[in-house]
Amino acid sequence: MTMRWFYYAAPQTFYGLAGRLWPWLAALALALTLAGLWVGFALAPADAQQGEGYRIIFVHVPASWMSMVIYLAMAFWAVLGLTFNTRLSGMMTRALAPTGAIFAFLSLWTGALWGKPMWGAWWVWDARLTSELVLFFLYLGYIALTSAIDDVRRADRAGALIAIVGAINVPIIYFSVKWWNTLHQGASVSLTRSPSMAQLMLWGMLLMALAMWVYTLAIVCYRVRTLIIERERHTDWVKALPEVAGVKA
Amino acid sequence: MSAFFALVARDLRLAFRRKAEVLSGLFFFVVVAALFPLAIGPEAATLRHIGPGVLWVGALLASMLTLPRLFENDWRDGSLEHLVLSPHPLGLLVLGKIFAHWLVSGLPLVALAPLLGLQFDLPSDALGMLALSLLLGTPVLSCIGAIGAALTLGVRGGGVLVALLVLPLFVPVLVFGAGAVEALNSGLGAQAHVSILLAMLLPAVFFSPWACSAALRIALE
Amino acid sequence: MSQLQAIALSCERGGRPLFAPQSFTLSPGQAMQIEGDNGSGKTSLLRMVCGLAPTASGEVRWGGQAIAEVRHAFSRDLLYLGHSLGLKDELSALENLRAASVLAGHPVGHEQALQALQAQGLGSRSHLPLRVLSQGQKRRVALARLQLSKARLWVLDEPFVALDTLAVHALQQVLRQHLQQDGLLLFTSHQAVDLGSAVLPWRLGR
Repeated sequence: MTMRWFYYAAPQTFYGLAGRLWPWLAALALALTLAGLWVGFALAPADAQQGEGYRIIFVHVPASWMSMVIYLAMAFWAVLGLTFNTRLSGMMTRALAPTGAIFAFLSLWTGALWGKPMWGAWWVWDARLTSELVLFFLYLGYIALTSAIDDVRRADRAGALIAIVGAINVPIIYFSVKWWNTLHQGASVSLTRSPSMAQLMLWGMLLMALAMWVYTLAIVCYRVRTLIIERERHTDWVKALPEVAGVKA
Repeated sequence: MSAFFALVARDLRLAFRRKAEVLSGLFFFVVVAALFPLAIGPEAATLRHIGPGVLWVGALLASMLTLPRLFENDWRDGSLEHLVLSPHPLGLLVLGKIFAHWLVSGLPLVALAPLLGLQFDLPSDALGMLALSLLLGTPVLSCIGAIGAALTLGVRGGGVLVALLVLPLFVPVLVFGAGAVEALNSGLGAQAHVSILLAMLLPAVFFSPWACSAALRIALE
Repeated sequence: MSQLQAIALSCERGGRPLFAPQSFTLSPGQAMQIEGDNGSGKTSLLRMVCGLAPTASGEVRWGGQAIAEVRHAFSRDLLYLGHSLGLKDELSALENLRAASVLAGHPVGHEQALQALQAQGLGSRSHLPLRVLSQGQKRRVALARLQLSKARLWVLDEPFVALDTLAVHALQQVLRQHLQQDGLLLFTSHQAVDLGSAVLPWRLGR
């Protein structure tokens, strides 16, 4: 079993695998998104208290989940990269970061869009939104650090370290922000205000979450392929690739 | 252990001979604290309300300013490599550097803050809590900030990049540090805050030298 | 017993290997001079031997064991001087020597350090901050540090650069003494060096 994993850890083999996978993943993501949006916007009933405006949660909640899951995935690949020193781990972490940042950003925006009609304010210092903001900053920090360091290997390893340090801090940050929020009795953009969450709403969110997850897999496959071509451009197998051979350097 | 003290002594000696660098951080703190009343207005009740927060953020930013210096000079003149190649554990040596840095950059903030707190009309018990919370919090800032400083050695964007990396990680310290003074002011008592600050201090002191050593080795590759 | 072995060492820069895998053995009393054009990877090779830079392939052994396994013993036995001297401008020569020796694991007393500086002709300047010394005088402080060092393996990157003839002789003398005491020496230099015993030349090139 482990031999299979290490086989795919070589950039050359992963390139092939990712190349075959990503179109299917992208198609699946599209299908799931359509299904999720249909459930969320067409099928699910209007909320008793919040009316139609609540439907933004079908984007907001999955995006929040994904931003956290992706950060954990980054930390996982970071640990793998620092321990086993495989080139692919660094590429995976780098490929995940922009998507995670986008989901965090999306979560923040949809949180604001939800907040405005509900609470009359574009931004509410809700514990979760604030934690999301800090998570967004952690993503930005990782991207800034890896972009600023020229040497690819050092950038990967430094990024891995900051990702791990960030991951360890995320629960601490969340706890402290929650504490801060309850003390100051801030408003809460929350779902649990609704008397009961309709089954359909839950399904809608799960479908959207799944869609975002499959999308992430697809885009990471695609991005890693690009990184592989870029980083391994001196090797013979890359030079022989049809997509590269025709291009004049 | 003697290497730890020797390194602390060396860094302290260096800091005293480069007074300008050290004092600039402190002056920054003073200036920032003065800017807020100028921007917000001299009304005593408002100042009392924002005082703890402003002073905490000021201390945080002043700490951030001095962080790049932590390893930069050693890196430039080649002594960082000697630290890494030393038979003494790198973590211990790094802890020595962080400790020296805190003594020179963090501890003076703790002493200065109550004086600046007078500008915000804070009552004396609040001033005491401000000093205590900073006393517990600034070492955590030095520890976490050191990781950022080690990761960004010689990288473009220097100080701002360190700030971007490290400020999100500072949020818990800020929340509980400033919160301690607030809690005292509102009569709720700050024992919980102080305990939590202490609970953050111990792992920071243990974990940070480790992470810094890894970061320094990465930077030297 | 304490031999330095490099086995198929190679490193990469920008995705390309800098040089073909290098293997060599250095025994006590031997010196190796690494030559090569600028950019051929001399500094990288030295740093790999010290364990500062990661190897793309191969390993370094000290006393028959990989340096990763005997890190403590290896670092006690190693003295590395890179392009920068590792000296602090704000500290005096005495303070520099003593601090460096503590960090290197072989602490040196005030008297010993002063004597070493006097031997370099810097006795009268030993209390002054290095800032006020000339470049040549600073190099002599580094030389004093070499003399005081009890490390068995010296890895020196361009130790002869920017030295006048007198200083070159002085350094050669120190290096010869080190070799006579069964020390090992690995260094880079563009010029020919006279160290008494035979110096193994090693050329790095494509």
